[in-house]
Amino acid sequence: MLRKMSAVVLGGVLVAATLAACGGEGSRNSGGGAAAGKDDGKIVMGFSQVGAESGWRTANTKSVQDSAREAGIELKFSDAQQKQENQIKAIRTFISQKVDIIAFSPVVESGWDTVLKEAKDAGIPVILTDRAVDSPDKTLYKTFIGSDFVVEGTKAGEWVKKEFASAAGPVNMVELQGNTGAAPAIDRKEGFASVLGSDPKFKMLASQPGDFTRVKGKEVMEAFLRANKDIDLLYAHNDDMGLGAIEAIEAAGKKPGVDIKIVTVDAVKDGMQALADGKINFIVECSPLLGPQLMELAKKVVAGETVPERVLTEETTFTQEQAKAALPDRKY
Amino acid sequence: MNVVRHRLFWPVAMLVALLLSNLFFTPDFFSIEVRDGHLFGSLIDILRQGAPLMLVALGMTLVIATSGIDLSVGAVVAISGAMACQQIAGLDDQGAVGGVLVAVALALALSAGLGAWNGFLVSVVGIQPIIATLILMVAGRGVAQVITDGQIVNVNSPPYKTIAAGFLFGIPVPVIIAAGVVALVAVVIRRSAFGMLLESVGGNAGASRLAGIRSRRLIIIAYVVCAVCAGVAGLMVSSTVSSADGNNNGLLIELDAILAVVIGGTSLLGGRFSIAGTVIGALLIKTLDTTVYTIGIPPEVALLFKAVVVVILCLVQSPAFRAKFARRQPAEVTA
Repeated sequence: MLRKMSAVVLGGVLVAATLAACGGEGSRNSGGGAAAGKDDGKIVMGFSQVGAESGWRTANTKSVQDSAREAGIELKFSDAQQKQENQIKAIRTFISQKVDIIAFSPVVESGWDTVLKEAKDAGIPVILTDRAVDSPDKTLYKTFIGSDFVVEGTKAGEWVKKEFASAAGPVNMVELQGNTGAAPAIDRKEGFASVLGSDPKFKMLASQPGDFTRVKGKEVMEAFLRANKDIDLLYAHNDDMGLGAIEAIEAAGKKPGVDIKIVTVDAVKDGMQALADGKINFIVECSPLLGPQLMELAKKVVAGETVPERVLTEETTFTQEQAKAALPDRKY
Repeated sequence: MNVVRHRLFWPVAMLVALLLSNLFFTPDFFSIEVRDGHLFGSLIDILRQGAPLMLVALGMTLVIATSGIDLSVGAVVAISGAMACQQIAGLDDQGAVGGVLVAVALALALSAGLGAWNGFLVSVVGIQPIIATLILMVAGRGVAQVITDGQIVNVNSPPYKTIAAGFLFGIPVPVIIAAGVVALVAVVIRRSAFGMLLESVGGNAGASRLAGIRSRRLIIIAYVVCAVCAGVAGLMVSSTVSSADGNNNGLLIELDAILAVVIGGTSLLGGRFSIAGTVIGALLIKTLDTTVYTIGIPPEVALLFKAVVVVILCLVQSPAFRAKFARRQPAEVTA
């Protein structure tokens, strides 16, 4: 009896699943057809996000989702949870769903050629957002919209140079990098080093990855503080690692922002709060609000217009005073 | 010679070697100072940072002893922290000890429930442990995201912060918690029949059942204990930075925990297990991390360095490898 019943239930589930699948397939087909025919002009965009590893990323996701709605673009959103294989899977799904355009923020720089080739063969244009890929074939994607991380690193380095201009002795620095191999980690390190690397006054004592997270940032900073008695400056590749490091510095009985100067990149709300509180000294903005620009580009690309190869997001920098002024309107 | 033959000789030797190599790069690595009545020093850091891993590995040891495995501990770490932080963030007074205790209790109860779910799938439904716990490993981060609404939840609660950053009698609270839980589990296991029954179920579940041991219940208990340990670890991880990050808290800690258990000499096939070995394994892994930071091994090479250390350790621990190596040496001398 029981067996029979479970068979019936299972059968029901199967039927339901098939129906659901049919429904999904149907709507997809009509969506693809409409886009191909350009009847109603409704563009379908597949967007693969890195994850939700920080407040910055969450704001980025929200900006993309909100501006897609405003622009009347149907968004298929997929969260890769920091894994490249998830992202490749998502892109393949977008290709099989025949979306009109694919946009994604690559988790790491390398290993994208095959799947981007598949997209190109399927005739689906690709826009990179926020992070670059190291593929030599530039035809694999239409454009890359995002911040220039090297410039961000340079801005941080220039501030440090000015801040310690009158300091006589060697300036001992430590660096918290992002995930090993990620574009922002490589470029922010490079930009920073391009300003200070040649100056013998500035000494980089240690540089290790804190994976862009608070927990890891704190842990690594604790080890830095043990191994190096005299640290003058911390350069963190994002606010969250800096916030973790602040906890470590305070636990070691030092004053963040005073005993150890801190410069970070991003300018998320929690970071700006710490900047306004005087625990961080300088933040280079890396704006996540690229949604409107992305939708604009997507429309142009789908319409067949030519777009520039590289589009920069508008960004600034914040001192402690500027942070106090900007904090009330900070959305993320 | 007897010392060398001891099961834990090689892990301990490797741990000591790693610590000594740090001394070479940081001369005052072993110094422990008392500041404001609190103990400070690299060794204390290792103990404190290693506390969550130690707890997770402890629970993992029991599950592995039943010849199971729990891949979902990392997700439980994230869920527990998310639950506690979300609760505390909703309090009118985040500094209220009572409210924080309720949040902690809720998080641990939720963890226990997740453990019971794992145990149910393994022992009652009969799904293979690696598959049964894989479900929660994959889905669990989603659960954590749902709890926190996909955001990083910040709390500003001194009582909650105590869990990871507080001191009691000068000793960091997480170290005391970890030591307490390890001692409790060790006493219950070795002073009652529980440990023996666990080994028996892990060695041969069928024979144990025929001998009258209720293996189902034992297996569920093992998974519940494992999840609660992970839950406590989750509280520590989120408390250390006063925020819960559903995506990253406890990421890949399951693999570190399994490695700690294996380094400690517990067989993945179940049966024999060693709690002391697990504790040493966890400390070894944490020391490895700290060594990378203090010596300044470049991040590109760091993983390779860790792999080499673990491979060497596994090789010297393997009786077959040692026997081969010992036999070859005299031959080389005669040649």
